[in-house]
Amino acid sequence: MPSYNLSINGESKNVDVSEDTPILWVLRDQLNLVGTKYGCGIAQCGACTIHMDGNPVRSCQLTVAQVADKKLTTIEGLSADGSHPVQKAWKKIDVPQCGYCQAGQIMTAAALLDSNPSPSDNEIKNAMNGNICRCGTYNRILGAVKEAAGKLS
Amino acid sequence: MNTSYKRRTFIKASTLTGGGLLLGVNFMSSCKEDVVPPVDMASLDFKDFNAFLKISPEGYATIYSPNPEIGQGVKTSMPMIIAEELDIPWEKVNVVQGKLDNENYQRQVAGGSQSIRLGWDPLRKTGAAAKQMLINAAAKRWEVDPSECSASGGIISNKAGDKLNYGDVVSEAAALEVPEEVEFKDPKDYKIIGTDVSNVDIDELVTGKPLFGLDYKAPGMAYASVMRPPAFGQKLASFDDGAAKAVAGVQEVVQIGDKIAVVADNTWSAMKGKNALKAIWVTDTKGENSADHDRILNGLLDSGKMEVFREDGDVEKAFAEADEILERTYESPFLPHNCLEPMNFFADVTADKVKLVGPIQTPARTAQSIAETLGRDIKEVDLEMTRMGGGFGRRLYGDFADEAARISDAVKKPIQVVFSREDDMTDGIYRPASKYRFKASIKDGKLTGYHLREACVNANMYGLIPNFFPAGAVENYKVEGGKHESNITIGAWRAPFTNFLASAEQSFFDELAELMEVDPVQMRLDLLDKVKDTEDERIQYSAERMQEVIKLAVAKSGYGKSKSGTHQGFVAYYCHNTHVAQVADVEMEDGKPVVKKVVCAVDCGIVVNPLGALNQIEGGIVDGVGHALYGDFGFKNGVPTAKNFDKYRLIRMKEAPEVETHFVKNSLSPTGLGEPSLPPAGGAIANAIAKATGKRMYKQPYINSELLG
Repeated sequence: MPSYNLSINGESKNVDVSEDTPILWVLRDQLNLVGTKYGCGIAQCGACTIHMDGNPVRSCQLTVAQVADKKLTTIEGLSADGSHPVQKAWKKIDVPQCGYCQAGQIMTAAALLDSNPSPSDNEIKNAMNGNICRCGTYNRILGAVKEAAGKLS
Repeated sequence: MNTSYKRRTFIKASTLTGGGLLLGVNFMSSCKEDVVPPVDMASLDFKDFNAFLKISPEGYATIYSPNPEIGQGVKTSMPMIIAEELDIPWEKVNVVQGKLDNENYQRQVAGGSQSIRLGWDPLRKTGAAAKQMLINAAAKRWEVDPSECSASGGIISNKAGDKLNYGDVVSEAAALEVPEEVEFKDPKDYKIIGTDVSNVDIDELVTGKPLFGLDYKAPGMAYASVMRPPAFGQKLASFDDGAAKAVAGVQEVVQIGDKIAVVADNTWSAMKGKNALKAIWVTDTKGENSADHDRILNGLLDSGKMEVFREDGDVEKAFAEADEILERTYESPFLPHNCLEPMNFFADVTADKVKLVGPIQTPARTAQSIAETLGRDIKEVDLEMTRMGGGFGRRLYGDFADEAARISDAVKKPIQVVFSREDDMTDGIYRPASKYRFKASIKDGKLTGYHLREACVNANMYGLIPNFFPAGAVENYKVEGGKHESNITIGAWRAPFTNFLASAEQSFFDELAELMEVDPVQMRLDLLDKVKDTEDERIQYSAERMQEVIKLAVAKSGYGKSKSGTHQGFVAYYCHNTHVAQVADVEMEDGKPVVKKVVCAVDCGIVVNPLGALNQIEGGIVDGVGHALYGDFGFKNGVPTAKNFDKYRLIRMKEAPEVETHFVKNSLSPTGLGEPSLPPAGGAIANAIAKATGKRMYKQPYINSELLG
């Protein structure tokens, strides 16, 4: 199998996987970074959201070959210790029920606030609409994004 | 307040090596009078207990949370109850997910919204017993009577003003007898129960730590992707695994009954290998179509064989004598559960033991079933529950655990079975398609007869439901149901049967009120008056509690006084021991009704963790509204019509209504919240849409109607 050098959370990682392996599965299975989740495999649910060169992307639809020369950030690398304002807001609002979608939600929210630190409610909803929460914590997610935005401004 | 219990069968205590007290509590002993205690009481076998409380010499408590966590919050709220009666600060509590540790007695189950309701007494007793033992130990050391001592916040004091920390006396306490009687706190003295407590896993969840079944890894573990019959009613005739085996990373392919498992080094290779399988399927029983179901269920409602579930008076006579009759039929499709974490499970079957790890709502039953399947002694089976990315009833069924065990047994490796979303959505165990036909008679301005017929695939409503409202409120009352036997598998889906029945029924009552030209709220309150002080022991709901939530919902939502442009729909429902009332606000946008907000009043007795409770109510409403609006699923020749979220629509943030929740404040024992807010939510929006547009919604999903589509 071909070998790939990847940049994940500021670290260099080398993996031997087939070229068409989605980076989602490389993260989860080869690199043991299980924070990024599998929900649908067709970029519909957002549970697999990571940052590629700072932009939110669906890791289930990007192959290892496509990301080999990009800087990737996963939920594990968003902060050293859970101290990113979005993570802190999520804790303050107590957002999760089952929690499975939340890493993807946080990654999408963090990317939004990076490019738009004071989004309106509609802007938040538009940006977050691609992330499904089966447990229905949407109102809390909205509140947490606003809380984080408030702390950033 | 004092309470006594069967001490010997209920709680056992032990000293821990290295110091400390360990208490075990057996739930079912306190719930059932006739449970046989273990033969050897002297040996402290913790396999008989559901919950453990460990107190260290430093005064820290480790609470092993007994019930599986599916997002309903019990991993937080059950330990809160123990900590309250133990009277220890929450900061000194560490919560650990308990393993399955009992084959015989317990209810380590997540389902039916019962964890808090059934655990309320045993959990309080555990905390209170531990506290009393600590007091007794301190009293002994001080050589005073325990009645001269008290404990609070981890500290024991006596009348003279001496103080000891729990940690100081915990080893002595462990050697004492478990007290026969304990005192419970008065709710007004609660310091933890009733306060907002964060999800105990919040730190791990926001930083992506491994918590879920799919995150579990073991040395040498292989991944299995399983091909199952593509249509219901099919069996496997033959298969060609040449291409599958050629996929890099695939280790082997094994047949398990009518399924084919591809075992690989990693998930992606397993999935690729499975997609490369060529299988020949034969039809064993005919593949069904949604059009068939439609016809068959209608036929059942019209004239089919029905079982009567409850009958009071004579509905036919009431209909014959009526001034007016209202008859309406409501329909809903099959629904997949779509837990966001797809089904998965780990099994390592070796000569010595069967190790099982994963997300399961029924660990005891699953372990037992797998032991039987493999012909192993239950003592050799060890099951560890992971956190679950949603349950919704799907994970009550251990079919995926059974697959993992069979595959591991066959290939002699540790195996994690992983379902793709397509596997998950097409595998079955659906919320069954159903139709409800309501017929009511009105005479002299009163509701005189009520006849409900249920037509459902493979199952009918369970025993308690016919005794929900309006049983007891209508003199002539009949509930019956019939079913169509199908090869499509069905199962419990969050708030089984009530998850659609409630919406249908509440829509019917709204239309009935319109026909009778009365206010729907007043009509409901008047009907409930008839049930107050009922002596009918079969009646499940409380008329008084229902009236109270109705009044609270009306007050908080301004029902009847809404501002121009806002149209409101009212519902009230009892299920899973909890009463709710809701008012949904709908506004017209671009000629289409849009759900903006739902106000919900809830009576669940004492609210253990308000922060978690609110999340459950909101989630249930979003779930109910979302599926009523969008959940669309059917069959063509036995093949499901959707298999992923491109074709199957789940509610998203832009569509989710704002939710405002109000709890009735009382000191009644707590009842569950995992399900109760969901069932009537679809009815609330249907009633609001009727106000907004004059059109009634009779078929879910509402998005398929001309009005919304």
